[in-house]
Amino acid sequence: MAERDAYGEEQQDRERFAVRILLALVILAVILLALGWRLSGLQVGAHTHFTTLSENNRLRVEPIAPTRGVIRDRNGVLLAGNRASYQLEVTVEQAGNLDSLLARLRGYVELSEADVERFQRGVRQRRPFQPVLLKAGLDDETVARIAVSRHELPGVEIEARPLRFYPLGSEFSHAVGYVGRINRQDLQRVDGRAYAGTSHIGKSGVERYYEDLLHGQPGYRQVEVNAQGRVIRELSVTPPQPGTDLTLTLDVNLQQAAYRALDGRDGAIVAVDPNNGEVLALVSAPGFDPESFVHGISQADFAAVRDDHRRPLFNRALSGQYPPGSTIKPMVGLAALDEEVTTAEREMFARGYFQLPGHERRYRDWRREGHGRVDMSRAIAVSSDVYFYDLAHTMGIDRMVPILGAFGIGQRTGIDSTGERSGILPSRNWKRATHDQVWFPGETLITAIGQGYMLSTPLQMADFTAALAARGERYQPHLLRSMDNGVGEPEYRLPTLRDPVTVDAKHWDAIHGSLVEAVNARHGTAWGSVGSTRPEYTIAGKTGTSQVFSLGEDEEYDEDELARRLWDHALFVGYAPAEDPRIAVAVLVEHGGSGGRVAAPVAREVLDAYLLEGAGMTIDAPEDE
Amino acid sequence: MISVTGREMSVSQWVLRSLRLDSVLLVLLSILLLLGLAVLFSATGESVVALERQVMRIGLGVAAMLLVAQVSMHALRAFSPWLFVAGVLLLLAVMWVGDVGKGAQRWLDLGFMRFQPSEIMKLAVPMMVAWYLSQRNGRPRFQDLVVTAALILAPVYLIMQQPDLGTSMLVGAAGFLVIFLAGLGWRWFVGLGVTAAAAIPILWSQMLDYQRQRVLTLFNPESDPLGAGYHIIQSKIAIGSGGLYGKGWLNGTQSQLEFLPERSTDFIFAVYAEEFGFIGVALLLLLYFAIVARGLWIAALAQDRYARLLGGSISLTFAVYMVVNIGMVTGLLPVVGVPLPLVSYGGTSLVTLMVAFGILMSIASQKRLVNR
Repeated sequence: MAERDAYGEEQQDRERFAVRILLALVILAVILLALGWRLSGLQVGAHTHFTTLSENNRLRVEPIAPTRGVIRDRNGVLLAGNRASYQLEVTVEQAGNLDSLLARLRGYVELSEADVERFQRGVRQRRPFQPVLLKAGLDDETVARIAVSRHELPGVEIEARPLRFYPLGSEFSHAVGYVGRINRQDLQRVDGRAYAGTSHIGKSGVERYYEDLLHGQPGYRQVEVNAQGRVIRELSVTPPQPGTDLTLTLDVNLQQAAYRALDGRDGAIVAVDPNNGEVLALVSAPGFDPESFVHGISQADFAAVRDDHRRPLFNRALSGQYPPGSTIKPMVGLAALDEEVTTAEREMFARGYFQLPGHERRYRDWRREGHGRVDMSRAIAVSSDVYFYDLAHTMGIDRMVPILGAFGIGQRTGIDSTGERSGILPSRNWKRATHDQVWFPGETLITAIGQGYMLSTPLQMADFTAALAARGERYQPHLLRSMDNGVGEPEYRLPTLRDPVTVDAKHWDAIHGSLVEAVNARHGTAWGSVGSTRPEYTIAGKTGTSQVFSLGEDEEYDEDELARRLWDHALFVGYAPAEDPRIAVAVLVEHGGSGGRVAAPVAREVLDAYLLEGAGMTIDAPEDE
Repeated sequence: MISVTGREMSVSQWVLRSLRLDSVLLVLLSILLLLGLAVLFSATGESVVALERQVMRIGLGVAAMLLVAQVSMHALRAFSPWLFVAGVLLLLAVMWVGDVGKGAQRWLDLGFMRFQPSEIMKLAVPMMVAWYLSQRNGRPRFQDLVVTAALILAPVYLIMQQPDLGTSMLVGAAGFLVIFLAGLGWRWFVGLGVTAAAAIPILWSQMLDYQRQRVLTLFNPESDPLGAGYHIIQSKIAIGSGGLYGKGWLNGTQSQLEFLPERSTDFIFAVYAEEFGFIGVALLLLLYFAIVARGLWIAALAQDRYARLLGGSISLTFAVYMVVNIGMVTGLLPVVGVPLPLVSYGGTSLVTLMVAFGILMSIASQKRLVNR
């Protein structure tokens, strides 16, 4: 019985077990069907969706930066080029802890404070997955050592990138400008997509003005990457279109001669060809090292340059606004002749001061004892202030302003560079608009000698001097001579004429005569420093002195007693040869003192370099090539 | 043909029988192991070194299986309580002197090798519960339930402390399945279910905010795409982009380009699904089902209650392994760190599984001996 029970028990247990197993199998089958259902949903239902995601994982479209166009002077001398530079770059998203990475990298390469600081700034300003420059200009050994240890340095890449270089450095820093690393502000003014692979962008000067031409069109390559973002293979490539090469109107020899002529003094020189508006030299001194901006300048270095009291970053030629002083007298004279306020022959006795009728105040001449009997020509040559006070008083501000405006005072020339300022041409309307005040007659007097409110840039001075030389023909000053995009012939920029200054021919003759007289007659203001040395060609010109601060009517100006920074700016504008002008030049020497003594010899050196030493003669007409 | 005890059989049948192996199970396991090697080769980026290591582990596993297959169920049954006690002691030892690996304390360094005592419990727990229940007659009663629950929960608790959620869950499942197969009454299941359901809100209210957040992330990994969710997102991309036919062996971009994390271990199923597609996946599920079904068949024909319960538990635990892993990789279950059985790269789990199949082999041959 017990055995039967045990047997029955066993049998029962066996059956119960079988039921449970069947149940388990059914449950398992249901679960497997559910898994199968889920998998078919992923693999069949959502296959397209996941294929897209998978491709997005694996495929990356990488932009290929175009090669930036190079910049040459009119003789073909390279002013801005590209050269390969090995640089250490870090993709932050792949690098992990940056501090520990930097610590490890120090075992391979020396990292200065400036490098690290610039890198950290770059990290903050970067776009996602954009490599950030850590150190540029690596030598071959460092490159090799890092390349070998690449697996220990995630996110670290060595790239051979073309980097901008400026073989002539600071001499052309203001004329050509410079490129720097793209930041957020830059991205707002360009199409971000076109710059996806580009690290640098024109920041100033020609580099910035012609950014669109110089940059070119980016190419693209489709690559397969792994999860670390490393490229496994390249699938397709659309090559980039290189940027357009530019040839400027600048002449390397003239530019260097002009820079040398300033001899370390602060100032600006602009030389223009009056026959077509080509800017032959554009100097602002001191310059700066444009390449320091290419590599990314450290905060401290930048602060040093920015806060330098000589302001090397300030483009005096285009952005500097100075009272043009006596350099505007020829134009005021021309206005008086044209308005028939006077004649070239009429003489007056120029004393040491001028008084408005019924006023006590004496408007002093720069020469205490006056200039004696002067006609228009002599008044310009000796730069009689009193003669022009008288003229201005007779003519009135309203008849003086239009012709000065026609010569471009108070307007931008529209030169193809950046930072140009307009200067100020004061008038009744201008004063009412800006100062909400009426115009006083005394202001007419000082306006006639280029002081008071009037401001002009050195470029404007060169521009109106060119217009004087060309008898009123006004060519737009420009820096671009030709451009070559690699397809077909280079394209030359044609001279652009602006509204001319229309004056009777005999008036031009009178003024031209006076400008020759100012340099070449014994009583001329530039005689002592230029005319007396008998140049091989005839120079026509006008000196000027631009007051930095005003003197009271009875005060004496004594250079020795004044701090140098309060000295007047020395000015000279002129052109040569006087008979057939080929170059017009404006020279500004900041705090130089007297225009005749200081600025005129500088201009002479520039003119000599152009007319005697053959600068600018290498390529004359484009057809010759 | 040779003749043994008057019956005709082929040489291979004779070899299998002498080695006490079940031919059907052996063929199914061989297919799975070979397939696993192929997938592993692809998942490791065609690493011959990894392949060799895995082959060595499989060799070790097969040797262990052959060895265990020779052990009679009688001896195994007598050995069960001792193994269980030793396993619990080792778990305690791990808590004091264990090595820390991957952030958890689960390894015991024996000098010449390191191993996880929790692996032993995967077999020791069902063996112990089967041993206990085989002493008792009929359906498990309340008293049996209390004893077995204690036998199961003690090691589960210790393993959870390591912490190793995946293994503790599998150990718990293995023990629980024995009770289930022994015929525990339905009202107990209902009771357990109700208790568990009631415990959840109480547990939830006791948790701190960050703990709740962790639990939520566990069940909704997509909410943390760069952290916990990254694995599962990449895994789903791999599986989904495989499509019906797959990208082809060695051609899965998600795995070859290393987008898929843990691709040779816990997430190897995604590699397989990417390269062999839904058709390959369906065949793999069938293969697993066949192995489980064969195991249960062997258990059903076993001669005594101990063998039956242990064999059934082993087969079903194997199924739980597979279901949890695939559920996890496809985003249905939280990521708990359970490998794909016999396919994932790694030694201990493979050897444990092969030992378990050795037990099944032993059960199968014992049945034949009795039948004859």
